[in-house]
Formats: sequence, structure tokens, C-alpha cells
Amino acid sequence: MKITINGKNQELDIAPEVPLLWALRDHLQLTGTKFGCGKGLCGACTVHLNGTPVRSCQTPVSAAAGKEVLTIEGLSVDASHPVQVAWKEHNVPQCGYCQSGQIMSAVALLERTPTPSDVEIDSAMSGNICRCGTYTRIRTAIKQASGQAGEEQA
Amino acid sequence: MSTICKISRRRFLALTGVSASGMVLMGSVTGSALAGVLDTPQGSTLNLFVSVNADGVVEIIAHRSEMGTGIRTSLPQIVADEMEADWSRVKVIQGLANADYGSQNTDGSRSVRDFYQIMRQMGAAARASLELAAANRWSASISDVAASNHQIIHRDGRRLDFGELAADAAELPLPDMAQLPLKESKDFRYIGKDIPIVDLQDMCTGNTTYGIDVRIPGMLFASIERTPVLQGKVISFDKDAALKAPGVVDVIKIKGQPLPSMFHALEGVAVLATDSYSALKAREQLNISWDRGTHATHNSNVYLEELAAKVSAGPGKVARERGDTDAALGKATKIVEATYLAPYLAHASMEPPVATAHLHDGICEIWACTQTPQKTQQTVAATLGMDEKAVTVHVTLLGGGFGRKSKPDFSVEAALLARETGRPVQVTWTREDDIRHDYFHSCSAQYYKGGLDERGELIAWLAREATPPILSIFQAGANMQDDASLSQSFGSIPFAVANLRLESHEADAHVRIGWMRSVFNIPYVFGIGSFMDELAHAAGKDPRDFWLETIGADRELEFDEEGFRFTNYGRSLADFPYATRRLKGVITQLTDTLPWGEALPEGQGWGLCAARSFLSYVAVATRVEVKDGRLRVMEMHCMMDAGTVVNPDRVHAQMEGAMIFGLSLALMGEIEFKEGEPVQSNFHDYPVARLNQVPPMVKTHIVASDAPASGVGEPGVPPVAPSIANAIFAATGQRIREFPFNKVFSV
Repeated sequence: MKITINGKNQELDIAPEVPLLWALRDHLQLTGTKFGCGKGLCGACTVHLNGTPVRSCQTPVSAAAGKEVLTIEGLSVDASHPVQVAWKEHNVPQCGYCQSGQIMSAVALLERTPTPSDVEIDSAMSGNICRCGTYTRIRTAIKQASGQAGEEQA
Repeated sequence: MSTICKISRRRFLALTGVSASGMVLMGSVTGSALAGVLDTPQGSTLNLFVSVNADGVVEIIAHRSEMGTGIRTSLPQIVADEMEADWSRVKVIQGLANADYGSQNTDGSRSVRDFYQIMRQMGAAARASLELAAANRWSASISDVAASNHQIIHRDGRRLDFGELAADAAELPLPDMAQLPLKESKDFRYIGKDIPIVDLQDMCTGNTTYGIDVRIPGMLFASIERTPVLQGKVISFDKDAALKAPGVVDVIKIKGQPLPSMFHALEGVAVLATDSYSALKAREQLNISWDRGTHATHNSNVYLEELAAKVSAGPGKVARERGDTDAALGKATKIVEATYLAPYLAHASMEPPVATAHLHDGICEIWACTQTPQKTQQTVAATLGMDEKAVTVHVTLLGGGFGRKSKPDFSVEAALLARETGRPVQVTWTREDDIRHDYFHSCSAQYYKGGLDERGELIAWLAREATPPILSIFQAGANMQDDASLSQSFGSIPFAVANLRLESHEADAHVRIGWMRSVFNIPYVFGIGSFMDELAHAAGKDPRDFWLETIGADRELEFDEEGFRFTNYGRSLADFPYATRRLKGVITQLTDTLPWGEALPEGQGWGLCAARSFLSYVAVATRVEVKDGRLRVMEMHCMMDAGTVVNPDRVHAQMEGAMIFGLSLALMGEIEFKEGEPVQSNFHDYPVARLNQVPPMVKTHIVASDAPASGVGEPGVPPVAPSIANAIFAATGQRIREFPFNKVFSV
């Protein structure tokens, strides 16, 4: 099947039910998208499908056929996306493992809601678990990336 | 391409005093290159930790594991400062398992504590070599040259870049450590500064290699169905069904080992396939029949009740005693009694355990997200019957660790399967595997009885605990806490009470018990911190005032005369005294930042707790609201005195993370066992804190101190749960003596 991944046309010869997560990681060597729970519970595997954030562990690769997939690798090559810039500015990552998914969820939020309220941030980002507990900085970075006066950093 | 650099043992010993054996070999002995995991310095080697390229890039070895603390930055930051390197020209290289580095066990909150001085010496030695090389080049006196920001500068203005001197410097004998001057702290360029972590850019672009991202040509992906009960055995399984599934290459039974669990592979059946999904799907076809063994009777709720009954019913083995506690309790005006329970917990790092093994050319290479590269090397070598030197361990980034990745059982599995198949094998644990087959943080029951006199002062403290010990994974049948475990707060209470007695009861282990971030301080500080609050209220005093009064006068604690061997996290009390002044200091400094004591709206309350763990002093205060059965944590504040701090931003980050980690376990953390099996399996039934549960304000403060660096990663965790329980009491008058609190409130 044909999928456009990060603007590049890819031909994949795998079973249609293979989760997009494993297609990316095992068949396309795009390992920036992470496995966290395999059940759509943690958000580590978040990618965009035609601009909408999806859990790639719960998305059969067939559902992406003919569509555009954006992964963390395709967001920017140099971390220049405003969300990535804000992430760096506030030193958000600790272990970093969940951050691909966090960033992809934040990007999707800001595309939909350019100046989200605190409640909207909480609601959009609560599907992404960070076990290191970078949440406070995630909130601050999203505020900054959306051009809102950032809260004081904890 | 293979790069092997040697420096002599004597040369290394002269530098560090760390024991080393034979020649120090630095470098990968194979040609397998892996994007993102560069573990061989390319430049001229100045010492075990520092190499310099001809282009001037300084390569500094990070020998501790990066699991989110920022240690891959903080230790090289110290080296760079002392050698006057320009941080923008520093490249950090992750060290292989190598005993010559000293301990690589990234646990116990001790990376900076144990290596601050050694890193400074490594940096100073590199600087001295470069200075001498320049002096020789110019035929100048060494006193006329000095390093500054990546150059050696002559008094007359001539200057040479580090890169121009690298080759010469590498040929020089190492400088005499006794003569090496170290910087004055006022001259620090990087120590004490907020240097962004070296992996920041890559973590924001996905350009990182965690254990799960390792890709070796020809590698098989393995998924293992393991015994659901400790010491269970495979009776039969449907090998053919799994083998017939698409993509499957092999199905291999892994034989478990008898107790103690150590770091052996668990009994199970592995499916090896050409990709992850094929392995996972075929695993469902295994249809394993298990002999569940003797631990299948373990029911944790019943067991905790048994432990609670035991500690409240009668005396145990005395661990520490002062005065005559029974007599004092007999004379007390008021008696307070309480029993506290803490459940089993799972680590649940976002990246599950993953290891890759490849046996070739007489060696075994391991790539793993491990906190303990040398233990991995030793355990794999012992399992395969190989020489340790023939096992190379590459350390990837760790997607969290929290103690789980200190246990190399997952590398052992990969090594066994790689040997069996003759191919590189990656073993990836699913989330269910991770939660159901953890080295679980232990459950605990504690009983406390306190006596207050007519002035509301504490005159007697009786405490008993029963906790299945970590020791049980190393000694079959061990069922009593050892000194090091009791030293995690239970045995080291700092209170100026004239009479105290601390006792331990037996508690058999029915699951693999392991250490998790702050370890036994979690249950013990929950008990102690909650009980202090109960005593304060019984005495009619403000909890803050009661804490300060009960800790008492400034003094350094001694334990020997009370029969307790306080292990002080492996450090002497001479070097790291237990100073009551510092414990009181974090309480007063924290509460001074808050409107402590002011009236709050109905249903709200403040809670406080303080503890010393990993040689650091921490106070936590939280404000909660309880309304219609719903508990909401509104603010969390933390004050930490960790002595000298290398990278304040990362220390704040660790404290923020510790607040959230503590919040998770307090609100929702629990693994239950029924018939020997964990009930929970993934984030739906083992929830951890999500963004919407995190208070809008999480505020952290570091006490300015030039005391020796103590510990940062763990000590923020223990006071969190009791501070919340105490806040709930302040808000409602309801005392919660067991976590998680979602048993009582919606969260």
C-alpha cells in the first residue's frame, strides 16, 4: 500500500492490520515515534494522520493508506517548529522518551486552537503520559508557543 | 572500524584512586556501528574520561546512565569547567561498561555525590597536560601559561587551541594529582549553571537511540510470555501454532532458575520474529499451560492485613532503643496509636525494559537501557559462561528507569536467545510484561504508638514495621529488613524524644521485590510523616511547630549507642552528618514562602512533611481541596537542601518530577496480587498522574549550600504522599492511613 510519510511517498508490503506504530518503527526505521503501552493509553506513539493526532499503536496501517502521516521526524529537521523551540527554551524533557508524542499532541492542539486556555491544554494533553513528570513545563512551553504570556516556571 | 586506546593502569590509578585491573581499554572491539550510540572517543586520549580531537572537539565520557536526571550533562559539565573547555566544543560520549570508571550503578541518587571530585580531577588533569604541552612547545615555563576557554595562553599573548596541543598532551605522563590545583568556586564557568542537557535538541526531534531503538542488521524481534506467578513452570505450550504464524522464525523456551530470583531470566516462552508485530501476534498462539507453584496462594490484600495485625499485636526484633519506652507510655497524658499500610508498586518507566544481544567472534555485545552496565556485563557473562571481558555493554538512553533498569534480567533474556538462535535478538517487554513482571516496590505495614505529656510534648515513640525485603531476591527466604533498609527513615528518626523503640517483624516475599525511586523511604516516611501530624493534632499544636519542636535542638545524630547501625547511604557520618539544623531549615524556609497558618476556605487544607533521604533534606507542603468526595491537589511546594548543586535547572526538574511521581503513587499507585498474579497490567488499571491531575502550581526551591553534594533524584518523593494525607486531614478531619487515596476519594 501507499502512504505519504513526512511528505515522502512510501510503498509498504505488509499486512493491513499491522499497527502504524510498528510499520514506522520496524519497516521504515522511523524510531522517533515510541511504543509506550500498545493500548492507546499513554500517547507516546502519537502521530498526525491528515493533520489529526492519532495513537499509531491503535491505527492499522491500512487506515493510513493514501493519507498523509506526519511523525516527529517530519516536524522539522532542526527543531525549529515553534513548539520544539518552546520545548527547548523551557528544557522540558527529562528522559525524553514520551516527548515525541507530547510534541505531536501539542502541535495538533495549537493547529486547532492557536491560543488554548489552561483547560484546553489540560484536556488536549492529558492523553499523553510523562512518567518523569515534566507536565508543569509542558504547560508553560505550550503557553509560550501559542504566544501567550508564560506562567512563571516552577 | 575498531579504535582501541590504551592508558596504563598506573596512570589511571594515579588519577583516581579507583581500583582498576590491567590495561584500560577504551573502545568498541567490534565494527558494528550504530547511529546515535557512539561509544568510542576518536581523539587523543588525555585520561580515562577526556580525549581531544585535532579540531579541538573535547570528548568527555559520561559513564553513568541517562534516564532523565541530566547526568550525561552534569558530570561532563564539571570536567569541562575544571579543564577550561568551551562547552560548545564538547561532545559527550556514553561510556561502555567498564569497571575502570568506578561504579556505573546509576542509582541511589549518588552520581554527583560520588563523582563530583573525581570529575574535577579529570578535568584538572586534562588541563594540566594541555598546559604542559604548550609550555614545551614554546619552551616556556609552566608558570607562564594558563588554560582559558579552550586555549592555552602565554603571558606574552601567544595562544594555542586545545586541538593543536591534543597529540602532544596525550604523550605526556599524567600530572601528579597531589600537585593539581582545582578552581576556586568563584571561578566556575559551568558548575552551578543551568546548562541545557546535551540531548535536548535530539529529544525534541526524535533523533535519539533508546534501548528500543537499537537496530542491528539481521536482528530478530522477541516477545516473551513469562510465568504469571513467582517460580511458576511451563508444563506445555503450542510451539507449532506459534511457529506457523507469519514472520515467526523461532519459538524458544527459557528455563527459569530456582530462588533467589537474583537477575535471572524468568521462566517463559519466547517468540522470535522478523518484526515486533509478528512476534506479539504469534505469542497469543502459545497457549501455555503453567504449573503455578507455591506462591499462587499470595493475595496481597489479605497479606497486608496479616502484616498489619502482626505489627499492631506484638513486639518484633528491636532495631533501635533509647530510654524506657513502655514506662514512658505508661506515664503519658495522651496516647496516640495508628497503623499505616503501603501497597506494592510498579515502576512503569515509559520505555519498558528492552535489550539487544549479538554473539559473534567469541564475544557478546549487549545494547541496553540499563542503569547498571557492569552488573549487566557480569550477569550476562555468568549466564553464558563467558569471560566478563568478552561481554561488551553499550548503554543507550533510558526512557526512564526509577530502579527497574538496575536489574539486568532483560539483558540476560536477550543474551540467551541470541546464543540459541545465533542471530542478533532484541527483547522488548510490552507494558503488560513490565507491570506484571516487575521487581515490585515492596508493600509494608507499620504500627506507631506515641506518648505526649501534659504540655503536649512527645515523650515516647514506639514503631513496628513488617516489609518483605529486597534482600529476598538475593537470599532465598530472607524476610527481615536489614540495616541499610531500616536506615531509610524508619530507623533513623531524628526526633528528640527521650524514649523510643523501633522493631521489625518478619514478612515473607512472594514476588520479586526491587528498589524503586527513594525505595523504603516511601512507606516509612508515609508512616512517620503521617504519625507526626496525628501527634501534632493530638497535642493541639500547629504541625509545623510540632515538627520543629520534636526534631529539637541543633545537633548531629548518633545511632550506635542505641543499638542501630545506621548505614547513611554508604557514607560516613563524619563526611555526611545527619544535621537536625538542616532538616528544620527546609521546614522553616519552605513554610516561610507560604501563607502557612492562615485560614483557608471550607474543605481546603495544608499538609506538611519533611524527611532526610539520600543525605538530602526535603520538606514538602501541599494544599488540597476535598469536595463531594473528590480530592484535588491544588498546590505542591518543595524545599531541598542537597548541598552543592551542579546544574540547578536539572535539580529543579528532578524535584518537579519527584512531586509528580509522589503524586502518582499517593493518589493511584497500587499493584494487587490475587492467587499470586498481579491484577493490574497497563495504564488503565495502574494509572499514573496525567497533566489534568497536576496542580497549577508546583513550586520548587533549592537551599543555597556549599556542603558536599548529597542526592537529588530520589529525596523529593517520600514526603509527598504524607503531605497530601496530612492536608486531607486539615481539610476534612478525615485521617487516611493507607495509599492510594483513590480508595477513598475520586481523584
